Amino acid sequence: MSEQLAKQAAPPPPEGEEQVDRSREFMQRLMTGTPMLSVLAVVASLVLGALLIAFTDERVAKTAGYFFARPTDMLQALWDSVAGAYTAMFQGSILNINRIDTLQQALTPVSNTFYYAAPLIIAGLGVAIAFKVGLFNIGGQGQMLVGAAVAGWIGFSVEMPPIIHVTVALIAGIGAAAIWGGIVGLLKARTGAHEVILTIMLNYVAYWALVYALRSPDLLRNPDNNNPITPGMLETAILNPLPGFKVHAGFLIALAVVVLYWWFIERSSLGFQFRTVGLNPAAAKMAGMNVGLITTLAMLFAGAFMGLAGGIQVTGQVTTGFTSHIDAGIGFDAITVALLGRSSPWGTLIAGILFGALKAGGYNMAAAEGVPIDLVLVLQSFIVLFIAAPALVKTIFFLPKGGRK
Amino acid sequence: MTLELKGITKRFGTFTANDRINLKIEAGEIHCLLGENGAGKSTMMNVLYGLYQAEEGEILIDGKPQRFQGPGDAMRAGIGMVHQHFMLIPVFTVAENVLLGHERELGGLKGARKAVVELSKRFGFDIDPDALVQDLPVGVQQRVEIIKALSLDARVLVFDEPTAVLTPQETDELMNVMRQLRDDGTAIVFITHKLREVREVADRITVIRLGKIVGSAEPTASSNELASLMVGRDVSLTVDKDDAKFTDKKLEVTVLTVLDRIGQKVVNDVSFEVRGGEVLCIAGVQGNGQTELTEAIIGLEKPASGSISLSGRRLTGKSVREVLDSGVGFVPEDRKVDGLVSEFSVSENIMLDRYKGAPFVKAGTIDFATRNEFAEQAKTDYDVRAQSIHSPAGSLSGGNQQKVVLARELGRKLELFVASQPTRGLDVGSIEFVHKQIIATRDTGIPVVVVSTELDEVIGLADRIAVMYRGGIVGIVPADTDREDLGLMMAGEMPEHLKAAAEEAAA
Ligand SMILES: Nc1ncnc2c1ncn2[C@@H]1O[C@H](COP(=O)(O)OP(=O)(O)OP(=O)(O)O)[C@@H](O)[C@H]1O
Ligand SMILES: [Mg+2]
Repeated sequence: MSEQLAKQAAPPPPEGEEQVDRSREFMQRLMTGTPMLSVLAVVASLVLGALLIAFTDERVAKTAGYFFARPTDMLQALWDSVAGAYTAMFQGSILNINRIDTLQQALTPVSNTFYYAAPLIIAGLGVAIAFKVGLFNIGGQGQMLVGAAVAGWIGFSVEMPPIIHVTVALIAGIGAAAIWGGIVGLLKARTGAHEVILTIMLNYVAYWALVYALRSPDLLRNPDNNNPITPGMLETAILNPLPGFKVHAGFLIALAVVVLYWWFIERSSLGFQFRTVGLNPAAAKMAGMNVGLITTLAMLFAGAFMGLAGGIQVTGQVTTGFTSHIDAGIGFDAITVALLGRSSPWGTLIAGILFGALKAGGYNMAAAEGVPIDLVLVLQSFIVLFIAAPALVKTIFFLPKGGRK
Repeated sequence: MTLELKGITKRFGTFTANDRINLKIEAGEIHCLLGENGAGKSTMMNVLYGLYQAEEGEILIDGKPQRFQGPGDAMRAGIGMVHQHFMLIPVFTVAENVLLGHERELGGLKGARKAVVELSKRFGFDIDPDALVQDLPVGVQQRVEIIKALSLDARVLVFDEPTAVLTPQETDELMNVMRQLRDDGTAIVFITHKLREVREVADRITVIRLGKIVGSAEPTASSNELASLMVGRDVSLTVDKDDAKFTDKKLEVTVLTVLDRIGQKVVNDVSFEVRGGEVLCIAGVQGNGQTELTEAIIGLEKPASGSISLSGRRLTGKSVREVLDSGVGFVPEDRKVDGLVSEFSVSENIMLDRYKGAPFVKAGTIDFATRNEFAEQAKTDYDVRAQSIHSPAGSLSGGNQQKVVLARELGRKLELFVASQPTRGLDVGSIEFVHKQIIATRDTGIPVVVVSTELDEVIGLADRIAVMYRGGIVGIVPADTDREDLGLMMAGEMPEHLKAAAEEAAA
């Protein structure tokens, strides 16, 4: 009897499977929160950011010394510092009512937001599409660097007619980064290696390879310059800014890519397979889907988005030659963008614009109020924190936590 | 002690899962809850256990109103629950699992170990407090759950479909334990869809339908009476079918061997043939190779040797996609894990394995109109109780989830139909429906293979029965074979007097 019973015992789960399930579950929780939660996370971060501004402000510190004698002084200083910083941020990113004499002046802040948002949105989709398949793409930096290097090289060294030149450069960047990302997917599908480790390692490989290439005049370095920087892009390989503004066609490309992503995820057959594999790989296998292929494709597409973001960096954002920091941290910001946008097309678009606004506003705030631009980084970090801990946000805002299923 | 639910109403959005429920649970009684899939039994128990907060009504213990914010409160008030899906940590020992969450109450690992030993002795369980849970059979794991509840002095124990995963012997043993608990003064709530079990142990039966209590029944009531009370109409508990009309189509499995990860033979030299127009049921105790056999047919498992062919075409060596495309419909054993994506809507699940080409995909794009039309039709045809085709499959009750899987698999032209445990966890009405569908599929002239551990189901559906034991087929016998004999075969013994009949049936 007991022998017979023992035989029926469920076979112990193979090693590691438990772990994978746990991280998959966590990722799904990250992705399935409501938009409301995203908004609240941003609000909570702004509040914390306000505290940070206030308590690092010199005037606040000074007035705090005689708080009990004249408390209003400190409260006034508190208010000034926070309101000043956030107003400057708003003026730098949305609208500055003191400067609306001409249409160009009025539109400048928004156009700056869009300018910074373009690569963020595209890179955000590069993380989002991997999320949809249950993969964590930490390799945005490496993929962007590869994309930027290839697009940039075509941009400064090959001569082509206008428009075609930019297009070819961007497509080449996309292709190179897609391969860079696809390697990760292939390794994961074939050997089971974890994509987080692979992408992080490939970040280093891409970075140091680029550093090496930037040292050699035969490769990327500008022969006329001793610093590790490339020549400037040829005129034909530049996404020209709108006259009087910084913003260029990159933003339109970003919008188009969002629509493409929407169609792909929501409407296409392949996107359906992506989502199935992300939510339930066992059911996907049973339904005849090729989970390994989907994994590979997901990382390939993720790399493609990152490559486009990298291409935009060199053809639109920094056209005077680039260094090994051309990714500008966007590969990592993209993770936050995708998380905040819950990997949905419109969510990622909005999150990308918000982060663009933070950047545009951040520079203005630093210039006008002397609050370090690093505050923007802090805000972004708080946002990730709050999104990763929905229960915390719900507690802060007195929302019901809801029954566990 | 007396536990009372008074006017409990629980809503999910606009949907009322429990509608003014009044229920009294007394010490020393086994109280059975009967009801269709989706009637709201589990919801009610989750309210009682503090997992859900009711919108209206109250819970009284000995007349005193209780406020449960979570299971912790319910446990402190003496309510324990044995879940269908065990909540044990596989890599912990029995004692550690019992301790988990109640470190203080039990007084550390020592206390927990003592509690396990004492309770085991009291109920005649043979449980080693230091055994790892992952090494224990399902039936014993369930006892660990019971001990965990009792170690906190649970005076009300809720069992939500505890027998769905048990063998007949384990079920009998569980019912003995429930009787013993009852005699010791514990109040027991027992949810099951198996009427035999209800009639055997219930002291009181409450029937719930569409979220409302619709009446009670005596344990002496017949299965038919209970069934019609539950479903609200007469239910046929036997399968009506004509004699099989054979066609030329044929599934042939020839000396098939499948190895598991560590190289043991889980399917061992299995050969059989299923002709078009007949149902071959594969009986046997869970875990004797049935799962691997069906997975080999569908292409998920690569057989080590042997072949499978369908009407002359080889299936072995093909991918799952190719097997499905050659017209094989498949209902997997564990619908929640393999058959459905619970986050997906009903209509997305309807196209789960038809994501390429017509009718749902045109030029790489999903044709929402066609798909939703198909899903609506399936919802009507199969009587899927869901708020809409856009509701997530995970919010459906078990029976309705199974209907979605069936609607998908039977919704296209098939050459072979394979169903694993097609009625596990389903209510009698849904079982009747599923059985009808399976027979109707058989009558279209294709071979049908049904794997089931329920003897009643096997006998009802089969034209022939193959019994599996330790990966091999003990014998293939006619459908009218005696239960006792089938029981023997399930333990690996081939009765002498059946050998002649078996040879004939196998031919
Ligand atoms: N979290 C939820 N969200 C929305 N609807 C739900 C949720 N949980 C249950 N329901 C709905 O409530 C109804 C009752 O479900 P419940 O699980 O209580 O049924 P049940 O009687 O236990 O059925 P079964 O016998 O299949 O287990 C079902 O129609 C189900 O779709
Ligand atoms: Mg239930």
